[in-house]
Amino acid sequence: MPRTIIHECAVERLEILGPEGQLDTELMPELDDETVRALYRDMVRMRTFDDKAVKLQRQGRMGTWAQLKGQEAIQAGVALAMIESDWLIPAFREHGLMLLRGVPGHLIYAYWAGDERGASFPEGVRCLPIAVPVGSQLTHGAGIGLSLKLRGEHAAAVTFGGDGATSEGDFHEALNFAGVFGTKTVFVIQNNQWAISMPRKRQTSSPTLAQKADAYGIPGLQVDGNDVFAVYTAAVEAFERARSGGGPSLIEAVTYRLGDHTTADDATRYRTGEELEYWQRRDPIPRLRRHLEGRGLWDAEQDQALKEEAVRWVASQVDAFNAMPMADPGDIFRFMYHEVPPALAEQLEWLEREVRA
Amino acid sequence: MNAGRPLHTREPEHGLHAVAPAASPKLTIAQAVCGALASEMERDERIIVLGEDVGINGGVFRATDGLLAQFGPERVMDTPLAEGAIIGVSVGLAVTGFRPVAEIQFMGFVYPAVNQILAHAARMRNRTRGRLQVPMVIRMPYGGGIHAPESHSESYEALFVHSPGIKVVVPSNPYDAKGLLISAIRDEDPVMFLEPKRIYRAFREPVPDESYTVPIGTAAVPRTGGDVTLIAWGAMVRICLDAAAALEKDGVSVEVVDLRTLNPLDRDTLIESVVKTGRAVVVHEAPRTAGVGAEIVALINEHALLQLEAPVSRVTGFDTVMPYARLEEHYLPNRDRVVAAVRNVLEF
Ligand SMILES: Cc1ncc(C[n+]2csc(CCOP(=O)(O)OP(=O)(O)O)c2C)c(N)n1
Ligand SMILES: [Mg+2]
Repeated sequence: MPRTIIHECAVERLEILGPEGQLDTELMPELDDETVRALYRDMVRMRTFDDKAVKLQRQGRMGTWAQLKGQEAIQAGVALAMIESDWLIPAFREHGLMLLRGVPGHLIYAYWAGDERGASFPEGVRCLPIAVPVGSQLTHGAGIGLSLKLRGEHAAAVTFGGDGATSEGDFHEALNFAGVFGTKTVFVIQNNQWAISMPRKRQTSSPTLAQKADAYGIPGLQVDGNDVFAVYTAAVEAFERARSGGGPSLIEAVTYRLGDHTTADDATRYRTGEELEYWQRRDPIPRLRRHLEGRGLWDAEQDQALKEEAVRWVASQVDAFNAMPMADPGDIFRFMYHEVPPALAEQLEWLEREVRA
Repeated sequence: MNAGRPLHTREPEHGLHAVAPAASPKLTIAQAVCGALASEMERDERIIVLGEDVGINGGVFRATDGLLAQFGPERVMDTPLAEGAIIGVSVGLAVTGFRPVAEIQFMGFVYPAVNQILAHAARMRNRTRGRLQVPMVIRMPYGGGIHAPESHSESYEALFVHSPGIKVVVPSNPYDAKGLLISAIRDEDPVMFLEPKRIYRAFREPVPDESYTVPIGTAAVPRTGGDVTLIAWGAMVRICLDAAAALEKDGVSVEVVDLRTLNPLDRDTLIESVVKTGRAVVVHEAPRTAGVGAEIVALINEHALLQLEAPVSRVTGFDTVMPYARLEEHYLPNRDRVVAAVRNVLEF
């Protein structure tokens, strides 16, 4: 018997708005002018919100902060593809998308400043708290996607991970499970090319992350993650597939972490200035701005006004965050169980006595 | 059979300093850890350091700083982000003659590796009736007090102390950190080496340049006294020493036992001290229920009950999730809580 090829895998990459402003008009999604401007506005707000957090951290008013800088197009593009009933299961660098899904900015600040109330979102916001253990959230994405399928809801669950997260066993388990049960899940890998000090090629010798989907029998697609139109188009496809019962998909969005890993990190220890500059030239925000300007939809005056508005909005979030009264230390105990067991109630009483004294 | 390239090892020196020579450089715990790794790697080619960000970045706490440059990428391996594999691969290396020193970036991220630690590393010797052994070290920072993000402040030593087949070592100062880590590396069994991150760089002490060992399974008595024994490990030792100094002003004479190893426990030192003082307080930052303190109280009851003047007391974390930064001070034992517990025990 001859050897025969029984399976071949091709990996598609989607780019619509190139780094130099080239636009593939065939692939360009139908978006009205106002929506495109709104995408830009969302991205500028995210950047402003993110920059402010770093400043707060430097002033000692914030804990460790994980910057999303450079990854705004992914988060704005996915947000636009989502409908109200969709769920978001974030990793820890999706502040921008969380904002757009209705998580109040001051709560995001509170969380990272070390306040549990920052993970308690308003009723109706379909978003899990962030997941610190890398990759662990991906199985929740499979689970919520399964739940939506079992309930017959017209909705999908989108869960995020980084390039580093694809090395964890949980990544495999989540995609495999989702594939087997055809869950209503969209997996988005924000491949920002670094996992703290490890470059993407040291995570896997697989040429792309998108092709990993193939092994689980689900569609995988690579997109230019700094191209908001490509992200949006890929997301719409994946969400519609999931919502309509067509099963899960994987999107690898290639981007770059323009900041340090977190405010506790110093990226100059392990990556070059040239690489950073290369990617700064591919920053998704100026790219979209140039596109808007080219279409006559935007000018310097509007840009100035938007930036001022973003600063005011961020200031309002900082004010709301600062206005939060100190949490009650008793809250350490109150949410451990549905009912506080007697031994725990004793510990709570003990602490309350100590706090009073 | 082709056994491959031989790996060179020099006989270990067993320098034992009661205290560091005065001329020794003053190092932090993080630097002492790094120094221990470097001096042992120099001596023993079988040692491989592996983990997330341990190479080019030198570890997120710089506890492996410079090792990649000194020993190269085959001996200092920046791994993919996969704790289960870091430990499972280390098991594979260890059963075939290497001596891996694996780093888990924070104790809160050890869970994916628990399968490998408990189901394999801890059991291999027993399962093969001694045919195979797993001489590996699993280093990880643990504990609270640095206002770190969620999942970066856990103290779950009891999980591992409860698991037969692994040793658990916790240094409380730079000198011990180096000597204990060298012992852990030379040990033929898997050793969990828990590094109190709160005091990684909090203070410096003289640490000899050369190799020396502090034996596993021996407690230290950094302060002697006659009225009450404080028992602690890791970052809590400093809290106890502070409390002891405060109590001394009121004429209370406190002995402090630094356990240094949680499995196997140095029962003799512990019991001897409690027999002498008749009173004891155990201090740990881990949750109270089924914490290592519970085991210590049981041991004291078994071996010194009739010498006790008061029930043994515990100052611990609560039976809750480790609070985030803003409330963590309410969770962690502090000097005042230890002082109050000592007074209660004295007044019993
Ligand atoms: C299970 C686990 N291991 C280690 C860490 C420490 N850590 C936090 S983020 C990170 C790198 C994550 O890289 P990636 O998945 O690419 O996400 P990115 O940070 O680039 O957004 C590491 C190692 C963790 N949070 N969880
Ligand atoms: Mg990454």
